[in-house]
Amino acid sequence: MVTERGRIMLVPIKWLKEYVDFDITAEKLSEAMTLTGSNAEGISELGKDIHNVLVGRILDVAVHPNADKLVVCKVDIGDKILQVVTGAPNVKVGQLVPVAIDGALLPGGTRIKSGKLRGELSQGMLCSFQELRLDEYGEIDNGVDGIYVVDQEYLPGTDIKDALELSDEVIEFEITPNRPDCLSMLGIAREAAVTMGTRYRFPEILVKEISEKAEDVVRVIIEEPEMCFRYCARVVRDVKIEPSPRWMRRRLAAAGVRAINNIVDITNYCMLELGQPMHAFDLDKVADRTIIVRKAQKGETLITLDEQKRILTEDMLVIADPEKAIAMAGVMGGLNTEVTGETRDIILESAMFEGGNVRLTSKALGLRSEASSRFEKGIDIVNVERAIDRAAELIVKLGAGTVLEGKVDVSTLPLENRIIKVEWKRINSLLGLELEPCYISSILESLSFKNEIKGDWLEVIVPSFRLDVEGVVDLAEEVARIYGYDKIPMTLMEGSASKAMRTREQTLTDKAKNVLVAMGLFESITYSFVSPRVYEKIGFDIQDYPKSVIISNPLGEDQSAMRTTMIPSLLEVLSKNRNRSADECKIFEIGNVFTVDPENANGLPLEKLSLGIGKYGNRVDFYKLKGQVEVLLDAFGLLKEAEFIVSAHPSLHPGRTAMVKVEDQKLGIIGEVHPDICRNYGLDSGALIAELDFTLLLDIAKTEKYYTHLPKYPSVARDLAIVADKDILAADIETVIHQVGGSLLNEVKLFDIYEGKQIPQGKRSLAYSLSYLSMDRTLQDKDINPIHNKIIDALQTRFNAQLRK
Amino acid sequence: MGDRLNLIQQEALASIEQAKDSNVLEEIRIKYLGKKGELTQFLRGMGKLPPSERPIMGQLVNKTRRSIESALTRKNEAIERESLIKRLKDETIDVTLPGEKPQLGGLHPLTKVLNKITDIFFGMGFNVAEGPEVELDYYNFEALNIPKNHPARDTQDTFYINENVLLRTHTSPAQIRVMEQQQPPIKIIVPGRVYRSDAVDATHSPIFYQIEGLVIDKNITMGDLKGVLDIFIKRMFGERTRTRFRPHHFPFTEPSAEMDANCTACEGRGCRICSNTGWIEILGAGMVHPKVLEYGNIDPNDYTGFAFGMGLDRITNLVYGIDDIRLLYENDIRFLRQF
Ligand SMILES: [Zn+2]
Repeated sequence: MVTERGRIMLVPIKWLKEYVDFDITAEKLSEAMTLTGSNAEGISELGKDIHNVLVGRILDVAVHPNADKLVVCKVDIGDKILQVVTGAPNVKVGQLVPVAIDGALLPGGTRIKSGKLRGELSQGMLCSFQELRLDEYGEIDNGVDGIYVVDQEYLPGTDIKDALELSDEVIEFEITPNRPDCLSMLGIAREAAVTMGTRYRFPEILVKEISEKAEDVVRVIIEEPEMCFRYCARVVRDVKIEPSPRWMRRRLAAAGVRAINNIVDITNYCMLELGQPMHAFDLDKVADRTIIVRKAQKGETLITLDEQKRILTEDMLVIADPEKAIAMAGVMGGLNTEVTGETRDIILESAMFEGGNVRLTSKALGLRSEASSRFEKGIDIVNVERAIDRAAELIVKLGAGTVLEGKVDVSTLPLENRIIKVEWKRINSLLGLELEPCYISSILESLSFKNEIKGDWLEVIVPSFRLDVEGVVDLAEEVARIYGYDKIPMTLMEGSASKAMRTREQTLTDKAKNVLVAMGLFESITYSFVSPRVYEKIGFDIQDYPKSVIISNPLGEDQSAMRTTMIPSLLEVLSKNRNRSADECKIFEIGNVFTVDPENANGLPLEKLSLGIGKYGNRVDFYKLKGQVEVLLDAFGLLKEAEFIVSAHPSLHPGRTAMVKVEDQKLGIIGEVHPDICRNYGLDSGALIAELDFTLLLDIAKTEKYYTHLPKYPSVARDLAIVADKDILAADIETVIHQVGGSLLNEVKLFDIYEGKQIPQGKRSLAYSLSYLSMDRTLQDKDINPIHNKIIDALQTRFNAQLRK
Repeated sequence: MGDRLNLIQQEALASIEQAKDSNVLEEIRIKYLGKKGELTQFLRGMGKLPPSERPIMGQLVNKTRRSIESALTRKNEAIERESLIKRLKDETIDVTLPGEKPQLGGLHPLTKVLNKITDIFFGMGFNVAEGPEVELDYYNFEALNIPKNHPARDTQDTFYINENVLLRTHTSPAQIRVMEQQQPPIKIIVPGRVYRSDAVDATHSPIFYQIEGLVIDKNITMGDLKGVLDIFIKRMFGERTRTRFRPHHFPFTEPSAEMDANCTACEGRGCRICSNTGWIEILGAGMVHPKVLEYGNIDPNDYTGFAFGMGLDRITNLVYGIDDIRLLYENDIRFLRQF
């Protein structure tokens, strides 16, 4: 299951209380809302890092006797008068200023203590804008060098946090992608109210309009009804661009949005409040005062508000006037119609664009905005109108302009209710509950789903902001989350007796791992992608490269190819451990390797399990590794059939490489790593690896065992030592011994190899112990001698081997 | 004669008593009981006795012989015991010296924890299925109710091979593959390697492991989902562990939930491991979305089901107290030896 990263909605508690009454703590609220589906990630406390900073009135400013640049102030902080030394150039008698008193805490962790400054007592500190970090609260830095001057009248001694309204708590909600409606204060208020079992309210919107009609000023034409479902425009005249009031700046800042100016702030405020993105155009710059919603023309360009020149394609939706594009619909406005200090009149836009197109456009332009991400997820068509009215109301309230009567409202989608009919019993049966239908109904009602019970059926009107609700399962979730997931009783499904068991492959894989672990190997797990250049590093010629599956958008070039062999993974692990000075390292890994499969019509590659063993260290050599592979093959019932054939492999030592074959199928390779490759991996003391096709191994494993009767007669052992040329392979000698030995020869064991004194140069002595056995009688010399002699003769004629006496 | 015999016996017994090793004893045996030994001689001398005394004398000689013989045996045993005691003493070793250990390797911690999880679900009747790591877009997204242009498909998260082929971002595609192959009842878990294009840090890895679970049958409820997962958690982390289900969202389940287990490190009081919440997020789950059932050719009017998915890496880290996911894929032998 993929958890999509949700979007963060910052909810200031003071703002939330405008829509819903509650007196539980922010912590309690966030816990409760988490359990009804609004996941609270944390709470931040605004103003927490300012402590004991009071509003003080400057009563007197005197020259510091010992310092030119300092002054000594008498400051009234209500219950007493403090002497404070400051270097601020702007202090004047009568000012109200923030005074950090003895023991105060400032942002950044600074503590203020009483003390002497150049010989004069200073019982605190007068604070500047920066020292209080007021920008974080959306406060405007007036640019004055020195003390921050409080611009309103407060009683001396008032806590600065109360005076400037700095304290608040902000809950950080992670909103899941199916609930874009909760990316707004209104949506959160709705959820909070249901969670606490109360009601929410939205202030009634009253717009003071002047008699001039908006529809006489501006025209809206939607040319693409599939991409723009509703477009509302209002006209505002005599706009006065100025900072917005403190309460609005505080709320925006607490919600994580930077205050700019009244018009921008109002559109942002409405977006946060209602979830509806809005935009403002400079009316005079819109040709013919006509808004056209159309597709971009091929090669059309637009410089967006971020001053980037955008080259548009025909599938992008733009807002245009008859002459030019003026905005990327739902993404960002154009610089050509930007609202500036000179702007007199504006057109306010509130619209609903199709999410998929907004997403494609913003992706194509590499431009994601707050607006675009909201359109992508879907907005509430009813809010399109409500938001523009709210903005108009605020514009008047803030004195930012005068609003013309009415609005132009074009919709291409019928504004009708979506009704779904469900059997209410199915809600219970899905949840494992037995709720009364009227209870189900009341939960849905509290979530703004108007509904009616008609016998077994429930008819539900889905509110316009709940685009995610389509059927009975969605309603079941609504009921369950408000009823409480906790209250759903835990049950275990009934059903037939368990039929679970490990598959043959699972059993064998476990067995292989356990056998390898028992032999001292540690299991490693490595990434399955490698650098395409790794093949050079392991000695493959270009033409030998297996066809790799290539990731089109890798994290980096060096992680862009799916591995086709386990060898680089093994060597990488050995190399890392060698670098960390581990004196030995013995590992194995069972994992998938991938090769392009031209046979497969659906485009999937061939995925095969590979078993790799890698090791270096003091007590490792080819024969120990081979022995381990043999034990593994034995565990899989394949030792008798397995052959180790002299072979060559680009990563391995040419004289120390064997191919492992079972019944003519190539199972893998085993060998000492080539010194060149060791050097590439910093394995100065050498290394050994084996790689087996584990999918094949699972396939051909012989797991059935049958009992053979224990022999009733003793076996007879005969030793056989021969001297032969060194390059005659032991395997060939053994094959001949077996061939000639026939059915009475039960076992052949090599117990000694010797070169040196008494053995001619270029030859070696091999000593075998041969065991003869018959199941029906005790073997006598007369049975064995002829066979044994025939073996000696055969070795002599085939290999020119001499019996060693 | 009798006196003579008595003397021999006394002499013999005295020298047996003084003997220090088995060689001396053998000499004594020969001296008295051998072919030319004193007692044998004595027996031969009996011929001179009148016939009436012979049987009595014979008895006496035999008695003496037996007494010497048994003294010899006793002494022999005593000497052997003594020499054994001496040998055992000489053979004493320092048992506190280190043992010669055969080298035992070890399974990767991910495998160990996966084995435990698998066993728990086997116990509840779940089979284990598998699916390909390189997967079709159809199975990874489309059939899981994540259509084209869905935000969850952001290329930032998914490694693509081409337009239709990708590295699976979760084990959920196996849901559809199993439904295609098998009619309900279905009860499986699917462990496997998944891929997300996340840059590597202490909590993110572009490759990690998930375990998917899927149950489909008639009358499966959300209560069953809670029951099964609660048992899993108790078996995994101890019978006292409690679970909590929170509403959540996944496109392929509805209703959806996230399950937390109470933090066993702090018993729910809040600590670093649970970021002071007392709860640890363990997995995502939900009732299989009807659209997903339809994609799997199962009629949602007849069947319901639940699915869940958990991160093996996360659970492994919790089990062993590992604080950095990168350690799991670095294969430092010093790390691997710890499990
Ligand atoms: Zn904890």
